[in-house]
Amino acid sequence: MSENEVKDPRIDGIKTKIRVVPDFPKKGIMFQDITTLLLDPKAFKDTIDLFVERYRHMNISVVAGIEARGFIFGAPIALAIGAKFVPLRKPKKLPGEIIFEEYELEYGSDRLEMHVEAVDSGDRALVVDDLIATGGTLCAAMNLLRRVGAEVVECACVIELPELNGRERLEGKPLYVLVEYR
Amino acid sequence: MQTIISPLLVSHRLSLAPSVPRLLNNHHRAPPSIRLSSHRSTNSLRLFSSAAAAAASASRDSEMATEDVQDPRIAKIASSIRVIPDFPKPGIMFQDITTLLLDTEAFKDTIALFVERYKDKDISVVAGVEARGFIFGPPIALAIGAKFVPMRKPKKLPGKVISEEYSLEYGTDKIEMHVGAVEPGERAIIIDDLIATGGTLAAAIRLLERVGVKIVECACVIELPELKGKDKLGETPLFVLVSSA
Repeated sequence: MSENEVKDPRIDGIKTKIRVVPDFPKKGIMFQDITTLLLDPKAFKDTIDLFVERYRHMNISVVAGIEARGFIFGAPIALAIGAKFVPLRKPKKLPGEIIFEEYELEYGSDRLEMHVEAVDSGDRALVVDDLIATGGTLCAAMNLLRRVGAEVVECACVIELPELNGRERLEGKPLYVLVEYR
Repeated sequence: MQTIISPLLVSHRLSLAPSVPRLLNNHHRAPPSIRLSSHRSTNSLRLFSSAAAAAASASRDSEMATEDVQDPRIAKIASSIRVIPDFPKPGIMFQDITTLLLDTEAFKDTIALFVERYKDKDISVVAGVEARGFIFGPPIALAIGAKFVPMRKPKKLPGKVISEEYSLEYGTDKIEMHVGAVEPGERAIIIDDLIATGGTLAAAIRLLERVGVKIVECACVIELPELKGKDKLGETPLFVLVSSA
């Protein structure tokens, strides 16, 4: 939660459904597994409802979901608030004309791609992913949207790993999360 | 008025063939034919729809109407799908659903058509195939109160997984699912954006059957019927909204 507010009672139910898997994908990483959340229809619904309640009156015209877990949360949010859903994908998955943005990994780099014509300068966009860690992917996503002239209103994630300072990579754009894992 | 959700053949909008609505018979058993009495009126279509829908919902496994009553939402959905030639390689006409996702009404209608079909069928599991199945599956799961189970490429799921191999044009690939995500006796549908050769869906069926789940149906937005993917699904029925010949 980015503000000092009373915690919604649904949050605890959501947090307990997230499974932490140690040493995945490699030693030392405590992997935040949201698939167990998806197995609980009420907790999954609560998750989506919390985002929808926040965004439904913010005139969001685009929900951009980051492949692949961002699709799971982004698509239902888009449907509920009547926004377009735009998938932001790994290289070579999207056909037709795309733009791409590179971002750093621990070793090497990767790319995020978007269809050029999916979004334009009138659009108000929300970027959705399951989790923000270092913020590299979200930053790349925001850049793609800004390059076509859209306004990024907020980034939304289920989970934040605050110790990795991802929030600072968002160049002042607000971040909204449901759960922090320390 | 209760609308019939009929899987129908719709020529793709870029095809030169005229759009001919006819029933896409995806079920193995001969469908019951539903005939009205000789009553003919401007309301016959409405009565027919109601009668057929009542008959369909009376028996959980019954076929949809054999008469060609195309749900009015289907045409809009079909026309929102973009065909990209020669992607990912020459000769392939790629069915791009991202343009459907940009059309808020068409995307909403797509989900509604699946939800209407499955909501009273006691489905407790919606399994979605990575990655485009992750776009259609979760909204359906949420609307019908089922779990969503992602079926993923190798090494994406943490913890204990079971996997199933399937053939590609050159070589093989694997699909994985979490152990314990589903339980024996659960009723599932498997969702993907498109069925081509049926290899991925067949592997997903095998994976779920290995853990004792009953697959009620496979559901896709698009079918490429010339690739005969339906034949790979064995006893499992297939439901699609749009057939792109």
